[in-house]
Amino acid sequence: MARAAVRGRLTWTLAEVVDLIDETPRVRSIVLDVPEWIGHRAGQHVDVRLTAEDGYQAQRSYSIASAPEDQRLALTVEGLPDGEVSSYLVGELRTGDMLELRGPVGGYFVWEADMGGPLLLIAGGSGIVPLMSMLRHRNASGAEVGAKLLYSSRSWEDVIYRDELERLASADHRPEVVHTFTRSQPPGWTGYARRVDGQMLAETAWPAASMPSAFVCGPTPFVEAVAAALVLLGYPATSVKTERFGPTGG
Amino acid sequence: MAYVSRGFRGKRAKEREDSRLPPGQYLVDDFPVLSAGPTPHSPLDEWTFTIESEVAELKRWSWESFRALPAEEMRVDIHCVTKWSKLDTTWEGVSIDTLLEGVEHDATHAMAFSDGDYLTNIPLEDLLDGKAWVAFAYDGSPLEPEHGGPARLLVPHLYFWKSAKWVRGLRLMDHDEPGFWESYGYHIYGDPWREQRYAGD
Repeated sequence: MARAAVRGRLTWTLAEVVDLIDETPRVRSIVLDVPEWIGHRAGQHVDVRLTAEDGYQAQRSYSIASAPEDQRLALTVEGLPDGEVSSYLVGELRTGDMLELRGPVGGYFVWEADMGGPLLLIAGGSGIVPLMSMLRHRNASGAEVGAKLLYSSRSWEDVIYRDELERLASADHRPEVVHTFTRSQPPGWTGYARRVDGQMLAETAWPAASMPSAFVCGPTPFVEAVAAALVLLGYPATSVKTERFGPTGG
Repeated sequence: MAYVSRGFRGKRAKEREDSRLPPGQYLVDDFPVLSAGPTPHSPLDEWTFTIESEVAELKRWSWESFRALPAEEMRVDIHCVTKWSKLDTTWEGVSIDTLLEGVEHDATHAMAFSDGDYLTNIPLEDLLDGKAWVAFAYDGSPLEPEHGGPARLLVPHLYFWKSAKWVRGLRLMDHDEPGFWESYGYHIYGDPWREQRYAGD
């Protein structure tokens, strides 16, 4: 799985859905068996194509959630109210179905263990997905580079990968995981309960002097605010990599 | 023949009929934002636009002198490689024909360069004859920084990553070479009608 990707033309390939995991009421992970997958790097995405019986097709891009080391390719998809592809993937798709995809795509919003760190990962909602691939890769590769995840969710119930994040955070060389809940908080919650802002970043982010690599993924206003605040904290713009999605992601 | 996805019907009627929609695209009404890093903010009194060759600066404008150039209003369709398309967008800008007027060169390609070190390569003929602009207004208002303001390249007949945000100049070249996304596996040319998303498409 982890062998280096040979860059050729990206062709459509059929993958089999081998498992479906409901992460939250609106978010589902799709575990795929992809024959002859050429491997990916943490942070990359794939294009998914659906075809109706009359030949109509729809394509969308989804971030890869699994680590390069994992045996299966996993995508995690948030069902959007009017999303013709995401609502199919979250609501209709069953194990045993085939899914057409091509990839991996993207080479900038990528982290590999030998790129070092420390790593600062900042996620808004389902923006966690490519960052989870990085955390899984960091764990699977045994990298000892420091990692912090600041993860903004609406509520505890909306936290994707909740149990796995807790497990990771108690392992050796654990990443530091900081949650903030913007809409409702669990009983007795004493942590952050607001949108990520400059003050929160000043309290949680690695100091700029430690030369961190920052990856920010979430909705556009979230990414705009976080990236601007990191620059104000002294992070060079080139050390802040961003990936955005909008409500129209489909 | 593509695999038929069990139970998939597709909800979007417009996409089936609209001949202005390139293959694999869907229509949006809003204006999604995509960029690889923080949004740069160049003060207008420090902003310049430069035409340069590989060895020398050929022409340079301040914001004031750039805005004094004859501008045009355009209504165009835009197509992002991430699959969204937006029809009938309205812009105001200065055509590349105007910017290259009187510039002597034998270039075949241009590399657009931007604040934030973004680069994208485009054949020169795709920038000329009223096909491309440096746009400073969108939908009747000054271009927002997150959409590339104060000024962005607008090359609507290619995928929208070629329409470099925060553009600060063009380097004229006698050869082609990959820019930023083109170095990360995206197509060297990027024609949406031929669905040239990734290298080799």
